[in-house]
Amino acid sequence: MIYFTLAYEFFKIGLFSIGGGMATLPFLMDLAGKHDWFTIAQVADMAAISESTPGPLGVNMATFAGYHAAGIPGALIATLALTAPALIIIILIAKFLENFSENQTVQAVFYGIRPTVAALIGYAVWELLQITMVTTTENGQTLPDLTSIMLCILFVLLLQWKRLQKLHPIVWILAGAVAGILLKL
Amino acid sequence: MKFRKFSELYVSFFKIGSLLFGGGLAMLPLLQKEVVEQRKWCTEEEIMDMYAIGQCTPGVIAVNTATYVGYRQAGIGGSIAGTLGVISPSILIICLIASVLQNFLQLPLVIHALSGIRIVVCALMLNTVFRLAKKGIVDKLGGVLFLSSFLLACFTPLPTAIIILLAGGCGIIGQHFKRRHTP
Repeated sequence: MIYFTLAYEFFKIGLFSIGGGMATLPFLMDLAGKHDWFTIAQVADMAAISESTPGPLGVNMATFAGYHAAGIPGALIATLALTAPALIIIILIAKFLENFSENQTVQAVFYGIRPTVAALIGYAVWELLQITMVTTTENGQTLPDLTSIMLCILFVLLLQWKRLQKLHPIVWILAGAVAGILLKL
Repeated sequence: MKFRKFSELYVSFFKIGSLLFGGGLAMLPLLQKEVVEQRKWCTEEEIMDMYAIGQCTPGVIAVNTATYVGYRQAGIGGSIAGTLGVISPSILIICLIASVLQNFLQLPLVIHALSGIRIVVCALMLNTVFRLAKKGIVDKLGGVLFLSSFLLACFTPLPTAIIILLAGGCGIIGQHFKRRHTP
């Protein structure tokens, strides 16, 4: 029963991949060796496509892998199985926090965690900038890309403008797509 | 009207899911607009707490956040509505690409548009980091924690979850001393 195996494998991935979408990658590699659902080369393709389509990375990869293994029902089952453990765990945590959010120790923990979260997100953005703001030359060297850097700075400055802060991010995303097409990035 | 709440949650998170380019973190600017500013379902601080929890628990961060916000708004039904909302666009888009649009991502127009989007996502996230740092750093200890966790993330191979747990410990110690010194 391929659907049952799919559900079981992706439930396991959902349970053990901690810290975001890319954490599912090694598990998918493992699956490629274990079953004949897809090859390791296909996993690499899936990662590339999942990165450039909207949606959470881990979810995109699960949908993709499930589709390759068993068509649209496979895609649905893999995705739902991947999200099930998180759903259960987060509901339990939310319940706990509901009862203990006034607790002084819980408040002290989050008081310490908040600046760290800001720093960790800052670091993740720094890493993201390093892979986004570069071009690859013909002989395989990566160099900082001036147009991208200028465009990014321009957008950051525009975002500080009070009047534009009311705009929904979709407007910015569309503006980015248009700029990308016009500048042939 | 529980059903109305469910559909609101589904629609909001469907929107977030379909605008989410580049993994769970890129969700933060969208959450700030959709969930904090427009719907007022939770505060910016709660979003940060949720991110921290998401880093230490299994699962995709976007799904964890949708589950959490959904639960806080409308119980278990709400958490399911939010989660289904955030994964629906992925299922639709990926199935489309896998079945018919295989060469869609090789079109020059699409490649250029995606590069532009990636740059905007960076800009939106930089903006979010500024805002979160302003909200999260409330005193000297906050500043020290901000700097030291940034350096730990840069120069040590410590997993994110460990850094967050360490910071939580520092929070308990810091609060303890604060209470002692303020009569």
